[in-house]
Amino acid sequence: MAEQGKVDPMHQFMIEPLFGTDQWAIAGHNIAFTNSALWMLITVGVLFAFVAGGAKGQTVPGRWQVMVEGLVGFIDNLLAANVGPKGKKYVPYIFSLFSFILFSNVLGLLPLGLFGVHPFTATSHFTVTGVLAILSFSIVLIVGFKRHGLHFFSLFVPHGTPVWLLWLIPFIELISFLVRPFSLALRLFVAMMAGHVLLEVLSSFVISSANSGVLWGAVVGLPSFGLMIAICALEILVAGIQAYVFALLTSLYLNDAENLH
Amino acid sequence: MEPASAKLIGAGLAAIGAGVAALGVGNVFGSFLESALRNPGAADGQQGRLFIGFAAAELLGLLSFVVAMILILVA
Repeated sequence: MAEQGKVDPMHQFMIEPLFGTDQWAIAGHNIAFTNSALWMLITVGVLFAFVAGGAKGQTVPGRWQVMVEGLVGFIDNLLAANVGPKGKKYVPYIFSLFSFILFSNVLGLLPLGLFGVHPFTATSHFTVTGVLAILSFSIVLIVGFKRHGLHFFSLFVPHGTPVWLLWLIPFIELISFLVRPFSLALRLFVAMMAGHVLLEVLSSFVISSANSGVLWGAVVGLPSFGLMIAICALEILVAGIQAYVFALLTSLYLNDAENLH
Repeated sequence: MEPASAKLIGAGLAAIGAGVAALGVGNVFGSFLESALRNPGAADGQQGRLFIGFAAAELLGLLSFVVAMILILVA
């Protein structure tokens, strides 16, 4: 089944220790500096440079400052619309979350392979997105229990629940509450992974069809290549949408914790 | 049937879920556009809900992708 020279669509997600750190360990756990860690560091570096370059505070903002202010204002509006005035204090967290996810999604799509550097999408791994989701979920739990105490459990009984359904609704609400971190993490990770696998599969079509002659290359390879370009554009859209959805859902969950519907 | 081929057939069947989720996502955006054209003034305020609906519909399609990947690579 597996032919020679076939493109392996999963190879791009391989985590590899870099700079000979594969033997580093603390208490028996390997802490090698991997390509995932490197690209997360690059993401943070690019994000820091982006924000630092625009945070000049000039009265008449330049182009760069407008970009940074636009991004911050976008998150500010998102929280104001979904949480209300109490959401102001979550702007730093949601801003970091949104821009980290956005930057690492976009950095993973850059065509740096032309220069021999293979970008790694940190958000295409469940461990990374899972930690982000756990972070959001624990903030919701901590804020909810701190502000409302045990009254927070009334989240599981929505307003207007008929009495004869009281045995069922809290159970369903509890399940839907507990599934939240998984759905948050899974959505981001699968959306990023599926797009990259799709691009890789299409590229394997192009390579194999071009190898088997001019006719197949023209009939199969060229349309696949056109589709790849279109999918690349779609992936840039998906990178933005998934970052936005993650931030939006986190702010909705924070709204539950703050205002307890 | 051999287990390996059953796995691949199962992964192919799971891919149907992606197509059905495409119907769902299309329905979300289609209904939004339909009602946004009726009342453009109210459309901008509903974009958050648009993306919540999109996220919920898309998640189920992505789950079918996960099932297919688990069948091919893990199981």
